Amino acid sequence: MSSVVKAVGVAGVFKDIDPRVRIITASLLAIVVVSLSSFLALGSALAGAFVVFTITFAQGGMGAALKKVLAMDAFIFLVLIILPFSTPGTPLFSIGEWVASEEGLFKAIAIAMKANIAVMLLLSQVGTIEPVTMGHALHRLKVPAKLIHLLLFTLRYLNVLHEEYSRMRTAMKIRGFRPGTNLHTYKSFGYLLGMMLVRSLERSERIYGAMKCRGFRGQFFLFDEEKIDLNDMVYGSAALFALGAIIALEVGYVSYV
Amino acid sequence: MHIVDGALSGEVVIVGSALAAAGTAYGLKSLDMDKIPQAGVLSAVFFVASLVHVPIGFSSVHLIMNGLAGLVLGWAAFPTLLVALLLQAVFFGFGGLTVLGINALNIALPAVIIGILCRRGVRSQNAKIAAIWGGVAGSLAIAFTTLFVALSLALSGEEFIAAAKLVFVAHIPVMVIEGLLCASAVYLMNKVKPELFGALTVTAVQKVDA
Repeated sequence: MSSVVKAVGVAGVFKDIDPRVRIITASLLAIVVVSLSSFLALGSALAGAFVVFTITFAQGGMGAALKKVLAMDAFIFLVLIILPFSTPGTPLFSIGEWVASEEGLFKAIAIAMKANIAVMLLLSQVGTIEPVTMGHALHRLKVPAKLIHLLLFTLRYLNVLHEEYSRMRTAMKIRGFRPGTNLHTYKSFGYLLGMMLVRSLERSERIYGAMKCRGFRGQFFLFDEEKIDLNDMVYGSAALFALGAIIALEVGYVSYV
Repeated sequence: MHIVDGALSGEVVIVGSALAAAGTAYGLKSLDMDKIPQAGVLSAVFFVASLVHVPIGFSSVHLIMNGLAGLVLGWAAFPTLLVALLLQAVFFGFGGLTVLGINALNIALPAVIIGILCRRGVRSQNAKIAAIWGGVAGSLAIAFTTLFVALSLALSGEEFIAAAKLVFVAHIPVMVIEGLLCASAVYLMNKVKPELFGALTVTAVQKVDA
């Protein structure tokens, strides 16, 4: 059974670092990176993120991970390409009556850099944690238990429901359904979705009954035994050092606008 | 319709995250531990729906279905959609970590609003009237989401207004498609299992252990 949501790859040398440490440091770095305005700091962070990304996926998974980064770049390209033309400022070049400004171009480049740094760190440091393990780590980071339960249930039933969806699509195909741009297609997809909701509500009643029968009282047992070891501390210190270095570059350098 | 890390101003991100946190907290409060299995399974359905691509012309769009989510989940749409967005950000690289709150707000708040506005309508005795309400719900939810995304961009800087307009115009076909899909989903649900609308509110579902 293939999983809909699964770890992006194996985290190479970082695979034994405690998930909590990875989640916290990646989040802190992301927050700092999106607040940067100096290109020196952004450039260094981008180089650093790329190195971390490469080291993480060096033993495998590089292709799949890189594809995800490029997909994001393709996604933001359209919005970023407008920015130079919609930002007033020093004219740089023009296409017809559209004038691109220097400020706008710099802004677009800065956003592209921030988005790439953030996604590379997130995919390599957090995306390589097994989804269920991430849920348990978030629990230990004091994320509300109900939210964690919701996360774990979603993960558990994603594959089941995705398979159900595939089965229903196969059934439609056998009956000659070919999707196209027409009312019949949209109606059929609507019925498909409605039917999935109907079935899954009934399924959830059976699940709840079965859990109740086994003594479910609204709480899972969540793993709570991992300890922070020396490696985690070294990793955490390195991340904090990088964080400090980026901030130092930022404040020691004139901003770009 | 995700916004990526780094595009929005700090103020927009902070206010958006705070509002999303409040919505999620309220959504979780309204959700009994007993309802978690139901919420989880329904949440998985909406996640699967987001992977479904429907054709439009020579291209295709993936579904969002936050209107339908609002009709079924109510305030629980907040934690549910937050979970989906977290998984998408971390494991697919869609969206980002610092914009998780604002992305959740932009998708879940319209869901909740639609749930409040249209739930009576989709419970109508007449399945056709219910379907019309469903269509309105589906389209309006996307319209609100697009508007919120455009607003998040526009509030982050005047230079984003052109991009914000583009986002809105580009999503008009999506509004039409989601409206049609939601209408037929609601039509079916109204006939087969009307208690799905507001399934997570205590009275709507018969309890298994009752």
